[in-house]
Amino acid sequence: MKTVNQRAWFFVLPVLLLVAFNALVPMMTVVNYSVQETFGDNLFFWEGLRWFEQILTSERFHAALGRQFLFTGIILLIEIPLGIIIALSMPRKGFWVPVCLVTMALPMLIPWNVVGAMWNIFTLPRLGLAGYFLNEIVGINYNMTQSPLAAWITIIVMDVWHWTSLVVLLCYAGLVSIPDAYYQAAKIDGASNWSVFRYIQLPKMKTVLTIAILLRFMDSFNIYTEPFVLTGGGPGNSTTLLSIDLVKIALGQFDLGPAAAMSLIYFAITLLVSWLFYTLMTREDDK
Amino acid sequence: MAKITLSQLRHSYAPAPKAPEDYALKQIDLDWEDGGAYALLGPSGCGKSTLLNIISGLLHPSEGRILFDDRDVTDLAPDQRNIAQVFQFPVIYDTMRVYDNLAFPLRNRGVDEVRVDARVREIAKMLELTDLLQTKAANLAPDNKQKISMGRGLVRDDVNVIMFDEPLTVIDPHLKWKLRSKLKELHQRVRATMIYVTHDQTEALTFADQVVVMQDGVIVQIGTPIELFERPAHTFVGHFIGSPGMNVLPCDIQGGTALLHGEPIALEGAVTGDGGITQLGIRPEFVTFGSTGPQATIRQVSDIGRHAVVEAKLGEQSVHAVVESNPPAQGDTVHLTFDPSQTRLYRDGWLATEACQ
Repeated sequence: MKTVNQRAWFFVLPVLLLVAFNALVPMMTVVNYSVQETFGDNLFFWEGLRWFEQILTSERFHAALGRQFLFTGIILLIEIPLGIIIALSMPRKGFWVPVCLVTMALPMLIPWNVVGAMWNIFTLPRLGLAGYFLNEIVGINYNMTQSPLAAWITIIVMDVWHWTSLVVLLCYAGLVSIPDAYYQAAKIDGASNWSVFRYIQLPKMKTVLTIAILLRFMDSFNIYTEPFVLTGGGPGNSTTLLSIDLVKIALGQFDLGPAAAMSLIYFAITLLVSWLFYTLMTREDDK
Repeated sequence: MAKITLSQLRHSYAPAPKAPEDYALKQIDLDWEDGGAYALLGPSGCGKSTLLNIISGLLHPSEGRILFDDRDVTDLAPDQRNIAQVFQFPVIYDTMRVYDNLAFPLRNRGVDEVRVDARVREIAKMLELTDLLQTKAANLAPDNKQKISMGRGLVRDDVNVIMFDEPLTVIDPHLKWKLRSKLKELHQRVRATMIYVTHDQTEALTFADQVVVMQDGVIVQIGTPIELFERPAHTFVGHFIGSPGMNVLPCDIQGGTALLHGEPIALEGAVTGDGGITQLGIRPEFVTFGSTGPQATIRQVSDIGRHAVVEAKLGEQSVHAVVESNPPAQGDTVHLTFDPSQTRLYRDGWLATEACQ
């Protein structure tokens, strides 16, 4: 009989340590905070699940969560179809391919807080290019710091500008992997442009699209820097998304217990939605 | 169903072709008879796929016309030509069931569902796909996927021609045989014109009634498999078909007699034309070892089961012979005897003897 050597497990140790220090330990600290009350000086009082109950029943949390889903929903509804359309209209070969790819990749290379600052300046009513144009030339009263609608439109347009490229590049990668024979066969079979999209391009893009939606969901659901720099969550609370609210509770009010509980709930929602989506999308493949 | 005529067809991928080398297809004049089983045979890069794509309409020729039953279709798109094509790699619509895959070309043309159903079931039965009709096409093995590609061509009963572009490339060797005979059987049942492109002589010779051999954008010979084997019109055909290929040996002509290393060699008939580079062509099957003829040394003997392939050295030249039994040993000195009725003269590559009576 072959002897089983268990020492190979030691190879896993470095990864285990790494994961422990960058994920498990911080995470358990948060869990620790979420069930206790602290006033500093390392004094802790056991609170059980009180913070969780408080967060889950608070209207403030419901409102922020609602805004978060609204934001993520809107940007997915815009970025995914827009990304597909742009990817479909990009050239497949020739001189313009690298030009298009680099242009597409540019917004993604800009740091998040720079994007926020850029759009802040861009939309200033008297000074910014867009702000001046809308207010003085088109004649719309556009001011992010006063109108919630203007603030919402701005953060959505900003996110679309920043991240549609990701969807485009992923879809494009899917599209260029389709052999010419598929298009030729479709031509011979008399397929319409819609059929070509529906039965050839979309199925071939399915895997990358799943990844694109997943990435865009997670990123936009956890978005913090750009809206924080741009609107600071205002006017009022109108653009206070979950992460902005969380930071307000944790650092603004120094309510570490509720903030920790909220973090865990936040994390659970992100995980649950991602898992549900991924499972649903990949389930059909096994059949 | 239609007769397909290619008239003065030339094609170049270069924008402004001038020299003949710029043309992928140099000059093609060819009739494909209605209901024929043709193979288009040639090495990679000889222009056979280009020719196929021109017939299907995926490519527009630089010059020349394509006629289907005397109707000019040169400017028509593939879907208006009523043709079908099976590609090297099976093209299937992944998300559809096998049934919908087969129905797709009919539904796109607005055929009513009752008729679609009847046709799909008929074709599925022919291709032995009936049990798979309700499964998702994505999960099938390559040979079944390729059957679906064929089925999508066969399902329309008005196709002018079905073209196969090296369809067995991705199929396992033991299934190649099955699919090849299936194709032959299908041709006999549906009687559609079929053009089969391949660089594999076995595939071409087993499938086709007529084989068109191409080289460097030119059609070298058209004939039945037997004609191609027995009387190649060009040294290329002799080389390309047969295993090993025809022996092609440089020779001199003096007063209508061929001299190989100074020895006169009897030919199948009178020599035609004059000048140019002359070569003798003889298939290894018709080379024997006798007491007269040019003297050669045996270099190698390979026993390949039913017969042995002997390689003899005639000066610098290699001559192959196929021997049924008692091959000579390596290093032996032999005299090569050529069967006169199978010995031909080629002038600049082209056949230059009259056929023996």
